[in-house]
Amino acid sequence: MKDKVQNIIGEYQNDKNRLMDILIDIQAEFKCIPAEAIETIAGQLIMSKADVRQTLSFYHFFTTEPTGKYTVYLNDSVVAEMMGRNEIAKAFENEIGVKFGSVTDDGLVGLFNTADIGMNDQEPAALINGVPFTNLTISKVKELVAGFKAGREVKDMVGKCGDGMNADERIMSMVNSNCQRKHGSILCLEYEVGSALKRAVNITREAVIETMRSSNLRGRGGAGFPAGLKWEFCRKSGGDINYLVCNADEGEPGTFKDRVLLTEMPEQMFEGMVIAGYAIDADEGVLYLRAEYYYLKAYLEDVLQKMRNDNLLGDKILDVEGFNFDIRIQMGAGAYVCGEESALIESMEGKRGEPRNRPPFPVQSGYHNEPTVVNNVETLSTVVKIILHSADWFKAIGTRESAGTKVLSISGDCKNPGVYEVEYGISVNEMLEMVGATSVQAVQVAGPSGACIGPDKFNQTIAFEDLATGGAMIVIGKDRDLLKEVVLNYISFFIDESCGSCAPCRSLTLILKNKFLKLLNGYGTMKDIDELYSWGKYMKQANRCGLGQTAANPILTTIENFRPLYEALVKTDDEFVSEFNMDKAVEASCKYVDRIPNVH
Amino acid sequence: MNDKIKVTIDGIECWTEEGKYIIDVAKENGIYIPSLCHMEGIKPAGSCRICNVQINGRNMTACSTPAADGMNIESNIPELEEMRKAIVEVMFVAGNHFCPACEKSGNCELQALGYRYQMMVPRFPYEFPEKGVNADSKYIYHDRNRCIICKRCVRSIMKDGKHVFALNGRGGEKLHVEIDTDLASQLTEAEAQEAMDICPVGAILKKERGYYSPIGERKFDKAPIGSEIENK
Amino acid sequence: MSKPVVATTSLAGCFGCHMSLLDIDERILELIELVEFNKSPIDDIKTFTKQCDIGLIEGGCCNSENVHVLKDFRKNCKILVSVGECAIMGGLPALRNGIPIEECIREAYLDGPTVSLNEEQILPNDDELPMLLDKVYPCHEIVKIDYYLPGCPPRADLIWNALIALVTGDEMKLPYEVVKFD
Repeated sequence: MKDKVQNIIGEYQNDKNRLMDILIDIQAEFKCIPAEAIETIAGQLIMSKADVRQTLSFYHFFTTEPTGKYTVYLNDSVVAEMMGRNEIAKAFENEIGVKFGSVTDDGLVGLFNTADIGMNDQEPAALINGVPFTNLTISKVKELVAGFKAGREVKDMVGKCGDGMNADERIMSMVNSNCQRKHGSILCLEYEVGSALKRAVNITREAVIETMRSSNLRGRGGAGFPAGLKWEFCRKSGGDINYLVCNADEGEPGTFKDRVLLTEMPEQMFEGMVIAGYAIDADEGVLYLRAEYYYLKAYLEDVLQKMRNDNLLGDKILDVEGFNFDIRIQMGAGAYVCGEESALIESMEGKRGEPRNRPPFPVQSGYHNEPTVVNNVETLSTVVKIILHSADWFKAIGTRESAGTKVLSISGDCKNPGVYEVEYGISVNEMLEMVGATSVQAVQVAGPSGACIGPDKFNQTIAFEDLATGGAMIVIGKDRDLLKEVVLNYISFFIDESCGSCAPCRSLTLILKNKFLKLLNGYGTMKDIDELYSWGKYMKQANRCGLGQTAANPILTTIENFRPLYEALVKTDDEFVSEFNMDKAVEASCKYVDRIPNVH
Repeated sequence: MNDKIKVTIDGIECWTEEGKYIIDVAKENGIYIPSLCHMEGIKPAGSCRICNVQINGRNMTACSTPAADGMNIESNIPELEEMRKAIVEVMFVAGNHFCPACEKSGNCELQALGYRYQMMVPRFPYEFPEKGVNADSKYIYHDRNRCIICKRCVRSIMKDGKHVFALNGRGGEKLHVEIDTDLASQLTEAEAQEAMDICPVGAILKKERGYYSPIGERKFDKAPIGSEIENK
Repeated sequence: MSKPVVATTSLAGCFGCHMSLLDIDERILELIELVEFNKSPIDDIKTFTKQCDIGLIEGGCCNSENVHVLKDFRKNCKILVSVGECAIMGGLPALRNGIPIEECIREAYLDGPTVSLNEEQILPNDDELPMLLDKVYPCHEIVKIDYYLPGCPPRADLIWNALIALVTGDEMKLPYEVVKFD
């Protein structure tokens, strides 16, 4: 084992900064990262073992114990549960005979829960050895388990491929792209690959940036920072090397539009990266791809190779002297917080994905402490069309403050879940009509870190100046128990995904959950609701990154918009209600000393 | 050297050099901004969040934000003091801080902030976590239940260029600081003492000697933490 | 006008807080002028004989009896004060809170280094005995507590200042030296 591990480390030139890749490769080789491998890594990279575990233990998909020849990661996000994932989980457990969170004694199958895998439009869904299986049914589970027992290859169990490029031989996945509006006004316009880049290199780098600036293109990841300005800051930072990173780590539950853009039009995104690389004078581009989309990696590598062959990537791109730019794919390993740009950079450097303090901003000091631009998949894909059609053309679409279109990932209680490219300024009501949603209780805008709104706000519009969103829109029907089925799930999600660096995000989230449970369990008071709200506000005030600052949003926005649901949980006018339960408290000790409890 | 710049902290004009962290600038000017993770000269973590100040209306940590000319910084305002007290209380319930049974009592910075903010009881319920202890190395006793994950040890305690302490896990319940037992066993007595001294609480203790200052003579027995800066 | 009535008790505590109360020295004479004691180990009144104004609670709740006494105090006292670390956060008895109760009982009656006479391996289970709780609870997690006096024990001056403030209605004085957690 030692030799193999040493070889893997050698492939990355004994570079600590590539620890993520080293761990990924070791896990691919041994199905886990055993203690012996940790020792070898520590020895060869001159780190302590604790330091190796520091990175390893951060990522959900890294494991030090074997997880089974067939490792099932079943999504447990809100929409998955709405679509019946709990029945699917039970079916797996019944068929296999072990509970979730464990591996069969013979090491054949491991069952694990995982946060949103970007398949909300076709839940319940699971990743089995990295291969997505969607729209799971009980009979499909039985078929899968039979396959495990027969020793079948996971890929061979996929069956019928999904729509669009999913059926391409480089992907061969059962995932559906569900592009509901194929002819959207910007991204989906047909174009000739390379044509935008040709235009870009015919004007100066400054002119490309100026075009972006005047187009008012804002980042599509959610924060909405002007893309042109970001590029300009980077260019003006005066670093030795500049880096361009494409953030394909969409982990916000309910978001899956990047999956579709990566599947259906990767050339456009890569071309956007090359244009951005040209504008900021970068030599290297990195696509940070979330672990859940590993099944797309070979396909994307192939697309990159084709671009190199076509002189759209590599040295002297389009024969422009001095324009050398290549792209590598950096895999993630399961951490929502890595979607934050500075956390993503930390992860790329082989560390825990903890957001950095700012200043300095990544455009000043990012990857390897050099100026770095991190843009979203959708943002970079949009760049191509702006270059082709002009800034003014782009600006004319959308609203004054939100130019262009937004790709929405819409899921939940609606007839046609999927990906929709819409113009900014569309109202929630229009959106609901578009997806065939009737009898709607709430819409979770921008995923759990966004806002949960009720019908009185459905006339609001999707735009940075009104309802800002990175794209996740989850429709919650009238029959759902909003607090139990939605809010509680999101609270737990944020607890699991907190990097733990900031004290309030690490600990106050747990306190909030317990308070929320007190209410759900019928022990709540009106004061508890007020405290829940005021304590939740500290999260916004105190934490460093977007995750921490918004981790209480599921609670805060539902108290703001659905307060009667909380008040209905309060059964008394008393100011103080204790959760203490004498029967429960004495149960264990009485049992142990063989005595019948007498609590009265 | 560098040109002097001017920042205003709570209405007081402070002259300093560009690039210094606000918390240090404040200290030079007799203003105490509380913090549990800050260490002068070590790369800031910004993890305890207690030193949050408002810079032009925006919350930023004073330990990680360099002073820039013309900055208007507010620290001693009710909104922030209230938040700081809440964070201190969060830390008290998230760990097992049995002050009467802790060797660090009286010299503990978390406890001292509890005193400074006159915390009579945390507003949050106690969690009584069980994160374990490690006493396997020669000189160090490491109690994770008292750890507030300020990362001072993670950032600064090294042996042969390697980190003795490192984070482990992610998420509320699982995250803790791990001591590398092999490496920790190689620490000298003096190095172990250094590790204990930088720990703001009683998570890292040096074995074989405890309670060396009598009650009444400990660091925070007579005057609040920060008064040494404020009364200079 | 009748004097305010005070009751005190020690739950899962060590009586150190009561000792600290006695540590107010000669002021105890003044105190007796100011208040009347009801149920309390100080005067050995075992049960409440009237409604009280102030109840001082030492210790947290580690068994069923503690809970009954605490609830009884809540019922009979207008103002309830958690006195000392144990009442406030469980204190030293709560060091057991991370350990399963079965293990605690084994350590106390079977496996502990000071256990020598229990050859028949008897575990106490008489119906008259209080039942152990799964963990030690701070008082305010079981009943509403109005005030808290930290310390192990709370300094005599803190207890004095608090009592005077409660009796006279004046604002409580909290000099830095008197509020300590140890």
